Amino acid sequence: MATITAPPLSPTTTRKRPSLGRASWVTYVIAFALVGICIGPVLYIIIGGFRTNAEITKDPSGFPSTWQLINYSEVLKSSIFWRQVSNSVICGVFTTLGVVVLGVAASFVLARYNFWGRNAMYALFAAGLMFPMTVAITPLYILIRGLGLTDNLAGIILPQIAFALPTTIIILVPFLRAIPKELEEAAAIDGASRLGFFFRMVIPLSIPGVVTVGILAFIASWNSYMLPLFILNNEGSYTLPLGVQAFASQYSVDTARVLAFTSLSMIPALVFFSLFERRIIGGLSGAVKG
Amino acid sequence: MSDTLGEGKLAVTSSPEGPSAAGVGARKAPSPARRVGRSGWGQRLEIALLAGPAMVIFITFVMLPVLLAAYYGFFKWKGFGPPTNFVGLQNYVTIFKDSTFHDALAHNAVIVVLSLLLQGPAAVLLALLLNQKMRGRSVVRVLIFVPYVVSEVIVGTGWSLMLQTNGAVNGLLVKAGLPHWTVDWLSDPKIAIWSLMLIITWKYIGFAVILFLAGLQGIPQELFEAAAIDGASYWQTQRRITLPLLGPTIRIWAFLSMIGALQLFDLVYIIWGQYVAATAGTSTMATYMVVNGRNAANYGFGNAVAVVLFVISLILALTYQRFVLRRDTEGALTEGKK
Repeated sequence: MATITAPPLSPTTTRKRPSLGRASWVTYVIAFALVGICIGPVLYIIIGGFRTNAEITKDPSGFPSTWQLINYSEVLKSSIFWRQVSNSVICGVFTTLGVVVLGVAASFVLARYNFWGRNAMYALFAAGLMFPMTVAITPLYILIRGLGLTDNLAGIILPQIAFALPTTIIILVPFLRAIPKELEEAAAIDGASRLGFFFRMVIPLSIPGVVTVGILAFIASWNSYMLPLFILNNEGSYTLPLGVQAFASQYSVDTARVLAFTSLSMIPALVFFSLFERRIIGGLSGAVKG
Repeated sequence: MSDTLGEGKLAVTSSPEGPSAAGVGARKAPSPARRVGRSGWGQRLEIALLAGPAMVIFITFVMLPVLLAAYYGFFKWKGFGPPTNFVGLQNYVTIFKDSTFHDALAHNAVIVVLSLLLQGPAAVLLALLLNQKMRGRSVVRVLIFVPYVVSEVIVGTGWSLMLQTNGAVNGLLVKAGLPHWTVDWLSDPKIAIWSLMLIITWKYIGFAVILFLAGLQGIPQELFEAAAIDGASYWQTQRRITLPLLGPTIRIWAFLSMIGALQLFDLVYIIWGQYVAATAGTSTMATYMVVNGRNAANYGFGNAVAVVLFVISLILALTYQRFVLRRDTEGALTEGKK
């Protein structure tokens, strides 16, 4: 796969836009329609949470006649919601930390050490891209159960770290390779060991790549459904995606409250995305661009 | 994946002054006599310390399960105690004789093809459209990416509410004066797969557009200027210059899209649940695996399905790499050599 060319190495340093003239009004109309289609359903979920069930039944696609806060406040008052939020936060934070720490360390070795089996090691991680969670989930569940980690957030975090490592390494290795060797030599002259160089120079210099990788890992963890579905059976250990689904089937008649619960659960991912939008989009397109 | 392996070599053999050769060059430079003396066990310890944890966790949770699946797949096993009832290829025979698996496979094939046909051309056109000077371009870029960031569970929950017979979509159709267009989006087997494709397109087209936009930014401006001087029309320029140069990006996107479509699970399982998917005509190999493996507590069988799914994905991936992606990597290689 040509997924490897990372932003710092790409030859297109002069980013010129092939902008073929200005947009006509047709472009604006199409762009406007596109945006409407893309965020319409999201808005429907958010606005629906401000309506009453009677209203939704009578006119499913309308606006609230009076904006009800009750659905949102009920959800925000429930302890189940907050337990699921905290479970999701724990999973997301520890997955991100694990991916970043293990990923940077392994990428550093792959990028800057020369040893027998280095290419094989890189190939092993890269081959991980061909092993999506879907294929591994049944035996993974048996493995996690064997380790006694069902209904335990560690049973989510460890596999998530493992499955995020291939992308992380593929994004970070070229990044770390691009750090000039003069820096390493200078550090060596100043008496730094290679590990010292790693901690004092590589980690600060790789922050931009690390942030991209970390955000991708966090959002993937926040949204992950299949793994928690297999590993977490006890409602107390549910993360938000499972919680949304359980809530939606438990309160299936209370559509407005389901919509409120759903929109509250997507807020963190959306906030994260809007804060780091440039890095996410840049990271994804940088990682995939050949 | 063989060319990903090649990448490491590529970096080593490519232009020596390139930044990618830094790590290797450091050891080829005259100075490292000192370093070689120091390497040996010290370096091995550093490597083990830094890469060891990642290797252990990766092999345990990614590689081992796949090997275990291959092993468990030969047993009839309820998941308790070690598997003892060896049945050879029985599970695989059952899978390939099961008409619900044939259906799931057919649905997967339809989803793979329709994802490419629905998203690809539309995304290319939208990327071309958005690649113009316009106000609010960055806002548009962010907003069309929102569906991709929202989780499958939320997408599934939201759309299944909207697509109910008395849901918002039918409500809108009535308001728009098209009451005879209202249909049963989710349970009519003739329509359900199209509803699924609608949701998939909605959720993933933003990703394709963003990729293509990034690809378009990489095309040198000079080519368009040259084409303009030669008197090429807008569409000639797009067809002769933009599309061929966007080729690598499109081919990578198509690869990701196909693999994703083969593995599709979340959306179907959330919207159609474990029982309805097969009758609504939206079941996939992955939902078949979960329903007949884990939910039925037939772990041996579930693992066999996982192996089948893996092998099908692998064959597709290798074939695609061999015949389609190869020219891209060849291009990268020759470019590296200059």
